[in-house]
Amino acid sequence: MRKMTYRDAIIEALDMELARNPKAYIAGEDVASKMGGAFGATKGLVDKYGKDVVIDTPISETALMGMGVGSAVLGYHPFIEIMYMDFIGVCMDEIMNQAGKFRYMFGGQMSVPLMIRMVGGSTVYGAAHHSQCLESMLCHIPGIKVVWPSTPADAKGLIAAAARDNNPVIVVEHKGLYNMVGDCPEGEYIVPIGKAEVVREGADVTVVTWGLMRHKCMEAAEKLAAEGIDCEVIDLRSLKPIDTETLFASVAKTNKLVIVHEANKTCGLGAEIAALVAESCIDELDAPVVRVAGPDTSVPFSPPLEEEFRVAPENIIAGVKTLF
Amino acid sequence: MSYDKAFKMSMYRNMLEQRVFEKAVQEQYEEGNIPNSAHLYLGQEAIAAGVSMALRPDDYILPSHRGHAQILAKGCDMNRMMAELFGRVDGYCKGKGGSMHLAVAEHGVLGSIGIVGCNMALAVGAGMAAKKNGTGQVAVCYFGDGASNRGTFHEGMNLCSIQKLPVIYALENNHYGMFSDYRDMVNVEHISCRAAGYGVPGETVDGNDPWACYEAAKKAIDRARAGEGPSMIEFMTWRHNGHFEGDPDAREFLFRDPKEHEAWLKRDPIVVVRKQLIDEGTCTEDEMVAMEAEVRKQVDEAVAFAHASAWPPVSEVYTDVYAD
Repeated sequence: MRKMTYRDAIIEALDMELARNPKAYIAGEDVASKMGGAFGATKGLVDKYGKDVVIDTPISETALMGMGVGSAVLGYHPFIEIMYMDFIGVCMDEIMNQAGKFRYMFGGQMSVPLMIRMVGGSTVYGAAHHSQCLESMLCHIPGIKVVWPSTPADAKGLIAAAARDNNPVIVVEHKGLYNMVGDCPEGEYIVPIGKAEVVREGADVTVVTWGLMRHKCMEAAEKLAAEGIDCEVIDLRSLKPIDTETLFASVAKTNKLVIVHEANKTCGLGAEIAALVAESCIDELDAPVVRVAGPDTSVPFSPPLEEEFRVAPENIIAGVKTLF
Repeated sequence: MSYDKAFKMSMYRNMLEQRVFEKAVQEQYEEGNIPNSAHLYLGQEAIAAGVSMALRPDDYILPSHRGHAQILAKGCDMNRMMAELFGRVDGYCKGKGGSMHLAVAEHGVLGSIGIVGCNMALAVGAGMAAKKNGTGQVAVCYFGDGASNRGTFHEGMNLCSIQKLPVIYALENNHYGMFSDYRDMVNVEHISCRAAGYGVPGETVDGNDPWACYEAAKKAIDRARAGEGPSMIEFMTWRHNGHFEGDPDAREFLFRDPKEHEAWLKRDPIVVVRKQLIDEGTCTEDEMVAMEAEVRKQVDEAVAFAHASAWPPVSEVYTDVYAD
């Protein structure tokens, strides 16, 4: 299959969706610059579509997100880029109280077709304000969908799905993945929202994860395989809604569950996943659920400190081994 | 400007409908038929009437926290509005929004708001949609002196200005943001002076004079339709009642000056314009009485409609979360 970077897959998906939908437009900080945004994920699109379709905004996340919501309910499909996920606090009212609620509180009179792209995670020593994984806060909001692609193919397919969804969909991209090269289908390619991927089949333990951690879990799984522990690795891809069918089927097969996420442990999405399994198929478990997650601290700056903060394959291996 | 009889009578009727409707809301609230609370527009009718008379039916409005009358003035159905305030199934939002979340999509009403000032960011989106539609539509964003201190004011007005969006920021300065005198909360006499900082024309007009309101609105709307960008109008007015129904200041004057209150009551737009129209010979006392009877009947019917409307089925809790 064709190989391309995660970044180029994002650009290709945005390009195809802008071409397909005359009501779509991109807006964000520096998205129309030669840089193509802080991460180059809109590079070149302004040359093709012009500044009325790829719109640079001031550093005004509140007004930017207000623009997205306000025009979405009036028939447009904005693709809003928020740069670092850490900045959502600035536009949380627009996400939480407007995008997520307009359809409901107005009795179904309006829908909010809105894609919001943002960049999460550590790996570049961005410290406390440029490194967070805040997906569980977003998943808590009714009316919002959240996806987190971890490969070039998923980036293309989930952005295409988000761009065609009639609801607010948050697409989290991992800053550590933009240069990752991987398979990416040509032409139209959609990854349905709400569908997980079994990345590695295994018999002994289910390891469920998303984002950059998919790759860390795969590294861990290969090492564990050498030690005779056969992991089934599931990349959720969609964090809201969660593909419980795939999750429960795997737990029923392996009878053990390890949840791995980069975000802080307390009230992280792992807690929700554990609860879902406890509610629906606790009888399938023959051991306690294990969570391997970031510590309950902010992300520190100094490289040895960030590296300690990060969830590494060794942490995942240690977590899995507590069950054997 | 000189106006013909039909225009003058329409202006007065628009104000009168707001007044009689809000008085009925007050009564119904006091009788326990309206849950939660209501933020009434009594005393400010000249603004919504003046602005609405300058609007086209396909224009957008973003009502404020004190928004019933702004919505009514745009031409929305009184019955369905009252049913919404009652929380009944025939309300515009099927009873899911109520006083603070009342939208009417078919009339371009994006919804009154529970988060004071949030609409100044959403107005950017309405303006962007209007601009992209290319149909000469405009968006009016109503907000109060209290809301003017939100960051959305700064971000929204700047973004509208650089994008030349057809948005009219309509500041209703009724002197009080909840319980606080605006003169204690801003350090300028007229908030409209801030517009200059965004390259936006700003002016302060008498918000109790519907003709002055109309003329200011018309000028700003014409400018917006011509693609010249946003304007800000500060309408000076006075809130007759408290912040909310039940606010003890309405009767006890805990923070408002009763002398100032009395002085403003003498400038009640309903009283002043009624007298003006009769004195200048535009209409007779009999014509006025007939119009008043008609409006009262219309409002009585709206109240009866709301009473007769059923509660929404409890299944409504679970609908309208996501669009298909």
